[in-house]
Amino acid sequence: MKPEALLHSRPEGLYCPPGNFFIDPVRPVERALITHAHADHARAGHAAVLATRETLDIMRLRYGGDFTKSKQVAELGERIDLGGVAVSFHPAGHVLGSAQIAVEAKGLRIVASGDYKRHPDATCTPFEPVTCDVFITEATFGLPVFVHPDPESEARRLAESLRQFPERAHIVGAYSLGKAQRLISLMRSVGHDAPILIHGALAKISRYYQGRGIKLGKLEPATVEGIAGTRGAGQIIVAPPSVLGDRWTRRFADPLSVFASGWMRIRQRARQRGVELPLILSDHGDWNELTRTIRETGASEVWVTHGREEAIVRWCAINGIAARPLHLVGYEDEAE
Amino acid sequence: MRRFSELLDRLVLTPSRNAKLTLLVDYFASVPDPDRGYALAALTGGLDFPSVKPAMLRALVTERMDEVLFAYSYDYVGDLAETISLVWPVADTGSQPAPALGEVVETLSSLSRSDAPAVMASLLDRLDPSARFALIKLATGGMRIGVSARLAKQALAQLGSHDVAEIEELWHGLEAPYENLFAWLLGQAEKPESVAKALFRPVMLANPLGEGDFEKLDPADFAAEWKWDGIRVQAVSESGVKRLYSRTGDDVSPAFPDLVAALGEDVSLDGELLVGDPSTRTGSFSDLQQRLNRKTVSRKMLADYPAFLRCYDLLQTGGEDLRARPFTERRARLESLMPSLDPHRFDLSPLVAFAGWSELERLRSDPPHPVIEGVMLKRLDAPYLAGRPKGPWFKWKRDPFTVDAVLMYAQRGHGKRSSYYSDYTFGVWSGAEGDLQLVPVGKAYFGFTDEELKQIDKYVRDNTIERFGPVRSVRAEPDHGLVMEVAFEGLNRSTRHKSGVAMRFPRIARLRWDKPAAEADRIEALTALLDD
Repeated sequence: MKPEALLHSRPEGLYCPPGNFFIDPVRPVERALITHAHADHARAGHAAVLATRETLDIMRLRYGGDFTKSKQVAELGERIDLGGVAVSFHPAGHVLGSAQIAVEAKGLRIVASGDYKRHPDATCTPFEPVTCDVFITEATFGLPVFVHPDPESEARRLAESLRQFPERAHIVGAYSLGKAQRLISLMRSVGHDAPILIHGALAKISRYYQGRGIKLGKLEPATVEGIAGTRGAGQIIVAPPSVLGDRWTRRFADPLSVFASGWMRIRQRARQRGVELPLILSDHGDWNELTRTIRETGASEVWVTHGREEAIVRWCAINGIAARPLHLVGYEDEAE
Repeated sequence: MRRFSELLDRLVLTPSRNAKLTLLVDYFASVPDPDRGYALAALTGGLDFPSVKPAMLRALVTERMDEVLFAYSYDYVGDLAETISLVWPVADTGSQPAPALGEVVETLSSLSRSDAPAVMASLLDRLDPSARFALIKLATGGMRIGVSARLAKQALAQLGSHDVAEIEELWHGLEAPYENLFAWLLGQAEKPESVAKALFRPVMLANPLGEGDFEKLDPADFAAEWKWDGIRVQAVSESGVKRLYSRTGDDVSPAFPDLVAALGEDVSLDGELLVGDPSTRTGSFSDLQQRLNRKTVSRKMLADYPAFLRCYDLLQTGGEDLRARPFTERRARLESLMPSLDPHRFDLSPLVAFAGWSELERLRSDPPHPVIEGVMLKRLDAPYLAGRPKGPWFKWKRDPFTVDAVLMYAQRGHGKRSSYYSDYTFGVWSGAEGDLQLVPVGKAYFGFTDEELKQIDKYVRDNTIERFGPVRSVRAEPDHGLVMEVAFEGLNRSTRHKSGVAMRFPRIARLRWDKPAAEADRIEALTALLDD
């Protein structure tokens, strides 16, 4: 069986003809397998959804109980038969509930990574490499310039800035699912015990994380009635990245804008957004994680999607692995 | 090296001056010698390592990684030093610790061109990406982090609770890594004795004349002098050492060898740096600009734009410090000194005779020379004091030029203003009636109140046509647009701007919500101000 016969891309997303399902489709379909609950991968309106318990829960929180007609929970490692195709979910280490999806038929196994990382993250199950013939890897940070530093050292830089500027509100832009909770958890692990203020967009998800036993410490709503320009001095306020430099920040004391993202590795990116304290903290694998993972899967063929495909393809060529870009539309991660 | 690179990374992204000071003071207080001293030298432009060139670093990195992957990376990042710092392959350095800044600077100082590649490679191997970037910037020159030498000295003053004038006065007698300076600032040692020659003496500055000041001042107590539109400098000569300092104490001698060479023995003069020949021609500020910010000067430059000093004051002569003497006495000593100086390089700034404030006002509004930008008032009995003391000296500038321009683009500000559109590009009309086009003529980001900022911000948001990142283009048509009265100090020709003019010190003087956009000024109103 040719790999393309088992999985290939269609306008709706990655499609498996023998199993008649899509992985992370961007348009409504009959049956969708979802790797994780980020909005560009998990959309509402599919007839049936198969995903991990956490992914289904978070989709329900975001889209309401009727986001799909039929939900099925995939336990990690469990083999599920879909029209003669064996499907299994494996931890991806990206956000809570994130999974890679292995698809196997007639002795051929393809693993779709979804988004993944290998750096430590106390808020989700760590990535596990899955041996396969074809590995579909993301490449958000697929350039040698992206080597993420140790997450705790980044958290300590934020703590240091709080010490240096106790009169300023530190507004941290962080993706509201995953990054925000990871950042809060990291701050707790470096000894920051003070209450952390959170933007309304983070409230439900953070409560869900806490309900799953993830320790985030004391969280308080960022927006309460009060005099503009005085709130949050010396405190951490976590909010979606889109609010940085927005009118929303005017209520806080001399805001110092912080952005937690893998993109902060590039100085110009920080400068363009007016970020004063860039924290290099990513939920995607860096160059070393991507290339190490490709090796560990033992795949003889690699399909590269969303990101800097050309550099990963080049690395594979140098290392004797067949590789090509897989053009999937609709997965952007500027805010990661 | 980690603390230094962290400091650089923070400084470059920190817009507020006070926040920069906080970062600098914190660094100087908590990093040990000699590292903090070398950091100070790096920030004040006191380090120069000629053996390391960017091309050599590029060759080093492509020996270590695939050229195609390097090309993709460079293409993506856009900055060579940053790309190299990020892609440098991590070597197995065993137990070698990361070098401290002091070690790096000492290594670079004794580096020969032939050893440079191997030494740089081994340093890069031992550093993290941020520190690699700092190393490359340090080694190749060109830190460009938005910190002036003056700001660094301000931070030192804050660290030791001293006046910045004290630091400036000591500065040129000190050398990196400044251990004696830090020991004094932290109260662990006496103030360093300066043994160097031809030191800078902190400059005396004037306050602008405010409304109502005249009622309190007696014209008989003051001398008046033209305020020349050049650059305030201090020329010092002592035991054969001759130096020219900017008013902030930077040594600018290399750019003005003609003037420095003409300086006499054992003297310290305060004056205005100008170009031309004092007896025949005083050049404009744009002529002077030809000579500024140069490390070396060509022969043609020296011939076309000769520099001279128009002397205001005498601080020292023959080893005698005159600063405590009253203005009248210093002025008399200066006048008697003038004949001994080269008349092509030095002249005396003339005093302006006046009977009362209204006569001086008439003289000020119609000065006898285009390079005069106002008058100075100096108390006859005042000593020469460092800094900007209130009372003895006043500057009374010519009224600024103004133009009514139309807001074209607005950009989000930084820091406190990051949620406001606070930087404005404005234009004036050109083209025939019926086919009016706006040409941008300048950019301003102050001059308005906080309340006005909110109003403009709302106007910008309500009238946006297009967005380009942090910039919005704003509706600006003859029958719809916001007119801003812009004040500025002068106009230079510019080849960089489409309009052909560049404003000096533009700021928003008034918002003209009442004025129809079509009635804003035309470009001819500006070009008429350019002297030919």
